[in-house]
Amino acid sequence: MSVVIIGGGQSALQVADSLRGNGYTEQITIVADEAGLPYQRPPLSKDFLSPQGTPKPLPLRGENFFSQKSIKLLDGVSATDIDRPNRQVALSNGNSLGYTHLVLATGARNRLIECPGSKLDGVHSLRTLDDVQDLHAALPAAKNVVVVGAGFIGLEFAAAARAHDCHVTVLEFAARPMARALSEPMSQWFAQAHRDLGVELRLNEGIERFEAAGGGEVMAAVSSTGQRYPADLVLVGVGVLPNVALAENAGLETSNGIVVDQCLRTSDPSIFALGDCANFPNVHSPGRTRLESVQNATDQARHLAGSILGDESPYADLPWFWSTQGPYRLQIAGLSQAGDDTLVLGDPRTAKFSVLCFRGEALAAVESVNLPADHLAARKLIGAGTRITRAEAEEAGFALKNRARVIAGAV
Amino acid sequence: MPSITFTQPDGTAQRLEVEQGTTLMRAAVSNGIDGIVGECGGQAMCATCHVYIRPEYADALPELGADEDEMLDCTAAERTERSRLGCQISTGASLPEIIVDIPAGQV
Ligand SMILES: Cc1cc2nc3c(=O)[nH]c(=O)nc-3n(C[C@H](O)[C@H](O)[C@H](O)COP(=O)(O)OP(=O)(O)OC[C@H]3O[C@@H](n4cnc5c(N)ncnc54)[C@H](O)[C@@H]3O)c2cc1C
Ligand code: FES
Repeated sequence: MSVVIIGGGQSALQVADSLRGNGYTEQITIVADEAGLPYQRPPLSKDFLSPQGTPKPLPLRGENFFSQKSIKLLDGVSATDIDRPNRQVALSNGNSLGYTHLVLATGARNRLIECPGSKLDGVHSLRTLDDVQDLHAALPAAKNVVVVGAGFIGLEFAAAARAHDCHVTVLEFAARPMARALSEPMSQWFAQAHRDLGVELRLNEGIERFEAAGGGEVMAAVSSTGQRYPADLVLVGVGVLPNVALAENAGLETSNGIVVDQCLRTSDPSIFALGDCANFPNVHSPGRTRLESVQNATDQARHLAGSILGDESPYADLPWFWSTQGPYRLQIAGLSQAGDDTLVLGDPRTAKFSVLCFRGEALAAVESVNLPADHLAARKLIGAGTRITRAEAEEAGFALKNRARVIAGAV
Repeated sequence: MPSITFTQPDGTAQRLEVEQGTTLMRAAVSNGIDGIVGECGGQAMCATCHVYIRPEYADALPELGADEDEMLDCTAAERTERSRLGCQISTGASLPEIIVDIPAGQV
């Protein structure tokens, strides 16, 4: 018996930890291509880049975790091939590992843009510790920053660059920021909030090309509308692509991620996948999804450890997410979706409010700014399947917190 | 060097010496202290770094922030008047040593 886990991120580490926590005593090996102790990604685009911040990695687990729990970490090694008939994984160091169960926790990589100048010096992306160390070194001297893509990471970075007093322009191809993940009212509120922080947010405007200065470093960004923005530092944040090559080459089913069932099993019953690389049947939104969040990585990991040990229950945890953009703490419970009926609770002018998203008459997601109490209550309520209608939420004196107390009392 | 002592629910204690300014969460996670998870990386977003502070150190702590207060309402183990989030408390000149108790669960 042995479990091999490919990937060294939040998903991989939590699977190993939960297997031990559930009493699994056989061999566990983690194959991680990034060298060094696996670390947490969320601080990379937040604290690390603030003017007082230092990019000192926050480990996912301490060094002694691996010896204490008898978990073998092969860092700086990548898995290159899966031999399914013989249940062997080939490694970049020439060795191979046999498995009874294989876990694919390969995560995602940044989507690159293909336009003239996209490889110039000064054009960055942000996913790894190395990336953030480069940015941390470049930010203090930067004057004109251009961010391509108004997603979470782009906007977190934009807020950090403003805190360094840079002039910041954000180019976004879509009509509103964070459009894939946020309801219209919340997205519009953030557009204004970033403008108030001094960010020049250009919507419906993509990138056309970058221009180089004499030394070969980036000097300007030219947008799809022909506008030219001076730039000495560019961050490209246009989303990620799941790492599926290994699975695909092994003949496993993939479609925007590695396709898994409710138990997080791939089309091969001895191979599982989770986290940023997995496409799973989501009970909280119609059809399948692939999510990129800490909650998704860790809750799926706990579930997957159970699946390996024979638990057949379906994964059904409620997705939740957060993003910190300058002074604004955004928290999301559930998944909002185009077409949801929205209701704003609280006064957006105070930067403390929530957007409730209703689907088919019931509350499906809540997005909150600077209101952890609403977020936590929403997690409890939606997670427990409590039916809350728009009419109820519109009643005078309605508060998610009070409503959550009622269900807590009833349990 | 400031020191932090973590006491497990079974009474075993581990004392760590850490750099000035290290949060309780970072110290615990970096040193493989069981029972502190720190899933959100110290953003006061997950409440998996919950600790109980020994009363004799209560006065030396930074005030409870509004966000921290609200997050403490969702800890896995019971919240008491000694509850704090380990990511919001740093060691330093005003807190050269501290002893905390680790709750029975974090998730
Ligand atoms: C800058 C940044 C900020 C973020 N902020 C937030 C936030 O505020 N809130 C939130 O909820 N989420 C946030 N996230 C998302 C969250 O960090 C991810 O969803 C989570 O890390 C996913 O974990 P994972 O283990 O599935 O994948 P990853 O973290 O991508 O880990 C996968 C690892 O596997 C390695 N790997 C891939 N292929 C192989 C191979 N063949 N052999 C060996 N190793 C391999 C990869 O190099 C990588 O190290 C953020 C992400 C980033 C990048
Ligand atoms: S680490 Fe998440 S709340 Fe402290």
